Amino acid sequence: MYSFDIQRPSTVADAVAALATDEAQPLGGGQTLIPTLKQRLAAPSVLVSLSGIAEMKGICTGDDGSLCIGGGTTHATVAAEAGAYLGLASLAGNIGDPAVRNRGTIGGSLANNDPSACYPAAALASGATIVTNSREIAADDYFQGMFATALEEGEIVTEVRFPVPEKSAYMKFEQPASRFALVGVFVAKYADGVRVAVTGASEEGVFRWSEAEAALSSNFSADALEGLSVSGDGMISDLHGSGAYRAHLVGVMTKRAVVAAR
Amino acid sequence: MPKDHGIGASPKRREDVRFLTGAGNYTDDINVHGQAYVHFLRSDVAHGTIKAIDTSAAESMPGVVKIFTGADFEGVGGLPCGWQVTDKHGEPMKEPAHPVLCQGKVRHVGDPIAAVVADSLEEARTAAEAIDVDIEELPAVVDMGAALESGATKVHDDLDDNLCYDWQFGTDTETTDAAFAKAAHVTTLELVNNRLVANPMEPRVAVGDYSRANDEHTLYTTSQNPHVIRLLMGAFVLGIPEHKLRVVAPDVGGGFGTKIFHYAEEAFCTFAAKACNRPVKWTSTRSEAFMSDAHGRDHVTKIELALDADNNFIGVRTDTKANMGAYLSTFSSSVPTWLHGTLMAGNYKTPAVQVNVKAVFTNTVPVDAYRGAGRPEATFQLERVIDKAARELGVDPIALRRQNFITQFPYATPVAVEYDTGDYEATMAKMEELMDIPGFAARRAESEKNGMLRGLGVNCFIEACGIAPSNLVGQLGARAGLYDAATVRVNATGSISVMVGAHSHGQGHETVFPQVVAEMLGIDESMIDIVHGDTSKIPFGMGTYGSRSLAVCGSAMVRATEKIINKAKKIAGHLLEASDSDIELKDGQFTVAGTDKSVAWGDVTLAAYVPHNYPLEDIEPGLEETAFYDPANFTYPAGAYACEVEVDPDTGKVTIEKFVSADDFGNVVNPMIVEGQVHGGIAQGIGQALLENCAYDENGQLLSASYMDYAMPRADDLPHMADYVVDHSCQTPCTHNPLGVKGCGEAGAIGSPPTVVNAVIDALHSGGHTHVSHIDMPVTPSRVWAAINGQ
Repeated sequence: MYSFDIQRPSTVADAVAALATDEAQPLGGGQTLIPTLKQRLAAPSVLVSLSGIAEMKGICTGDDGSLCIGGGTTHATVAAEAGAYLGLASLAGNIGDPAVRNRGTIGGSLANNDPSACYPAAALASGATIVTNSREIAADDYFQGMFATALEEGEIVTEVRFPVPEKSAYMKFEQPASRFALVGVFVAKYADGVRVAVTGASEEGVFRWSEAEAALSSNFSADALEGLSVSGDGMISDLHGSGAYRAHLVGVMTKRAVVAAR
Repeated sequence: MPKDHGIGASPKRREDVRFLTGAGNYTDDINVHGQAYVHFLRSDVAHGTIKAIDTSAAESMPGVVKIFTGADFEGVGGLPCGWQVTDKHGEPMKEPAHPVLCQGKVRHVGDPIAAVVADSLEEARTAAEAIDVDIEELPAVVDMGAALESGATKVHDDLDDNLCYDWQFGTDTETTDAAFAKAAHVTTLELVNNRLVANPMEPRVAVGDYSRANDEHTLYTTSQNPHVIRLLMGAFVLGIPEHKLRVVAPDVGGGFGTKIFHYAEEAFCTFAAKACNRPVKWTSTRSEAFMSDAHGRDHVTKIELALDADNNFIGVRTDTKANMGAYLSTFSSSVPTWLHGTLMAGNYKTPAVQVNVKAVFTNTVPVDAYRGAGRPEATFQLERVIDKAARELGVDPIALRRQNFITQFPYATPVAVEYDTGDYEATMAKMEELMDIPGFAARRAESEKNGMLRGLGVNCFIEACGIAPSNLVGQLGARAGLYDAATVRVNATGSISVMVGAHSHGQGHETVFPQVVAEMLGIDESMIDIVHGDTSKIPFGMGTYGSRSLAVCGSAMVRATEKIINKAKKIAGHLLEASDSDIELKDGQFTVAGTDKSVAWGDVTLAAYVPHNYPLEDIEPGLEETAFYDPANFTYPAGAYACEVEVDPDTGKVTIEKFVSADDFGNVVNPMIVEGQVHGGIAQGIGQALLENCAYDENGQLLSASYMDYAMPRADDLPHMADYVVDHSCQTPCTHNPLGVKGCGEAGAIGSPPTVVNAVIDALHSGGHTHVSHIDMPVTPSRVWAAINGQ
């Protein structure tokens, strides 16, 4: 990697100030950025590490009953401590391997918005609120395509608030090499309806499958999905599967998520 | 009760103590005082003409010692190919130049254009980015079929076309055609043996060092055969006489074939160390390994099997295109020919077997031997076409194989080799027992209850290990001998150093070889150490590949130890005042037969080095013997494998529920290590069958260039240990080597791929998907789903 300076602020305010300089880049758990740097595919002159900011870590329950997870909370912590939201805890416990889970953070994952990452499906299916140093962004407004989000330069995901559903499950069909989601479907059943979010499949990144949501909102069973399908157009097609295959898997994984929901 | 020492015992691997505690001395652990680092600027296009290279800006960058381009190597030889194949017209293969650094053209992504030597690796990388290379990109030749079309872009402008050789072998065309003409049934199958990246755990490393004081070169390298590197690099590339060149291959973290070959980076570091008057070190990154380590397999084959009305095999005919990549790697030419064609008879008494192979140049990384090397390719096509034939004929695939087994040994095949011994019925029966074939129907029914399709795949294989003898392989085009060597040095107090030509890069030689010597001498294994991997310490042996170490080098060690025993008996006879013909050696004691007069091992060894009471008039002092061993024939391990898979028809995902191997390795010295070799080999075979796919796009860009896209097998891709059964109890000892051993390193990787694919096809047919007669490897979920759905 190229040489860079590193800053380790201990508060969000200090981190925001540090990121105001040109060429500064935030460093979360580093599970994407560090490999990118090692390949010399990025050359920030300053890295601002967010991992020393205590106020961005940990899990608590909000006044409205939502689960509030600090942006700097690792996947391992979410897996261990987000028991109030089983679908989410289970998702976190199956990201990557133990090394990834002990370094990677929820804020880092959502800020990166990898089209095959798991967390975006959970956030979108939960109608989560992405809290940053300057504002609150609804998940429906936050994800804006592959690696694209509503975040401004220098804006930090400080917290993610998840309304806790009655039932939920995440079903991931792994890409055989990377074990990222070839297709991952998060189903969340709330009192006012069901939300279904799909990751890994679309060239536009994570998306909601509204037909399935409608069907499941009136009948939360796998049978309700009979006959529904998504189109292979606009789906990722690569070494690991065609767009048609991914579209097919969306149906299969959604059914399995409904069956597994608890 | 199992033995606790010597031949047949399973002592734990002594080398693992250092490997597992961080005390191993791998090549990257070697740092020579004052060393500089090299970074190779590699081509990012598959094919192009180098118009200009401007290094001027880079040369003045911080830390830069020297920058090299192809021009610096114009007076230097190219990387040689170690095997000359003669084509079916009697013409030698085409052998294009393979320069250390590109000269005039780049021919694959990863081809080294320039090399920057600097004080630090980061400085070398940064300077390399400042080199201005003007490349005029040319169309890339990737597909072998397209490469052979007339008018195709040529990988090498000085050749007529992209055909390296057109080789035919085995039964003549008239006889073969006659067999097919009278066949009651012919089964035809077209298939791909997928290109693989070897991916040893330790990437390649080379450290070149040069002593001005005495004009001596040292190369530390991740090699499976340091003497081969010394010979090829010294004699053919750099012109360094052997007494001025030392090659050291210390602890090496896996090879799987890809560390047999002599690589440009080795020659470069050796050359540059003298040119810079500084040690020069190169450590491959994993990304570099994907585009610079020789790849494996990559055959496209049509195979036909002719059967008579009674389902006897009467003819096999194959037509294979074998990808050589952009250059001929060291043993690349031998893999699709002598290591593949000679195995096409398999375990069967088919009277007519004809093998046709076209070797093709493409704008891809060179392809060479990878665990099994030619034998997996032979086994895969033969065992797949037999399975397809069984299905077409509606007969049991086990019965069809059994009826065609070779049962009389020795057996001369139509493809030039003579199997010395074997018992294919025994391994088949053992496999059936371990797999519980009668219970399969119930297991299938249980899977179906869960919505899964269950399939049973079986397979038989034969391989040829310890390739030999040298005079024969020389006639076949080998440019090296294929013997091995060992020196047994007995020290004054009785401990022993055995210097061996074999090289251990994971195999466990340091544990196994002493077991043999200890058994022969009746002393404790802890008194014996193995020395390997340094041309300045060991005799000229050929290294480790092709499952040869114990069969060839172990035999040399036995011969040398026999010489030790003979001499020691003479010394003992002198000490005991008896004739050496009356001396017996047992449990480390030399005894006069029929008496209680004896001397201990240590008394004899001390006498050899402190020869005060010693027959100096008859024998020399000292106790050190060397033997070179050139085998009379290959060895022929064989086996029967089976596996059960579950296929999820909704996703296409294949899960291996149980795998059974019944191997005949002849005698087994260390059962634990043999089982580990088979477990690992099967894991690699399962990797090829289900996961691994080295893919290029039409422009010659490597699509699977990292572990993000190249799927290695992981523990959870394999069956649980209780369902991962390896058996080696069927033993027909090799008839021509002193240990009766055959070799076990490659068997698993040879026998498992067709087993897995046969099982998947069986599962799909059970689910009514009878239109699926074949799925190319890797049998990924998306390919299974596409096959089921006719896509």
